[in-house]
Amino acid sequence: MADPMRIRAQAAGDKATVRVLMSHEMETGQRKDSAGKPIPAWFIQQVTAQHNGKTVLEAQWGPAVAKNPFLQFIVKGAKAGDKIAISWLDNRGDKRTDEATVT
Amino acid sequence: MYTRRDALARSAAVAGIMASAGLLPTAAQAAWNQAAFEAKNMADALKALGGAAPTETKDVTLTGPDIAENGAVVPLACACALPGVKRLMLMVEKNPNTLAAVFDVSDAVEPNFATRVKMGQSSNVFAVAMMSDGKVLFAQKEVKVTLGGCGG
Repeated sequence: MADPMRIRAQAAGDKATVRVLMSHEMETGQRKDSAGKPIPAWFIQQVTAQHNGKTVLEAQWGPAVAKNPFLQFIVKGAKAGDKIAISWLDNRGDKRTDEATVT
Repeated sequence: MYTRRDALARSAAVAGIMASAGLLPTAAQAAWNQAAFEAKNMADALKALGGAAPTETKDVTLTGPDIAENGAVVPLACACALPGVKRLMLMVEKNPNTLAAVFDVSDAVEPNFATRVKMGQSSNVFAVAMMSDGKVLFAQKEVKVTLGGCGG
């Protein structure tokens, strides 16, 4: 299981800015190891964001997203105390979900 | 051997057929679009995602550095000022696979995303918006990379 994500959600007016830092290698499959063998790709393919249990964002990522991915988005109608849950699924089938409270 | 990769490829293919036929419920669209992510250029990626030919516009904004010192971490932000955005995409023209990220926009989020991508070399970066009326709009920006993010 991968390390937890760092999620910060800050309300401003009637929307909240959510910033997520995920901990993931995001290996592209283009690189080679010291023996010249290609390193297999390992990257997050799908990211889902939920606001109080309702899915608000679905993203699909390719291996071009940087290592330890950062994602920022804005949720409409979110206020302090609301729950924001982020899940990701990588190409090995690993997944992780973390939750944060809007402040 | 029937691997996970085959399974993904097949479900992506089926999803593609269903999407072009307009049959797909939103949940099933979440399947990772392998064809789109393997596309080598913008036109192929858009075709795999079922988009029309793109038009350049000022309503889509793409924010990023003019010069990225480290191609492994290039901060990019895309936004669209128009209502009715269905999907926002980030593409890097000269990466081995053009498509970097796809964001499916719902009514509850603003079409405004920031993330960080890898870039192999200096190249044009595109922010592409697919609108609910079928139009495809894009903005582009040239980002110079002094140290590549792929290989080595």
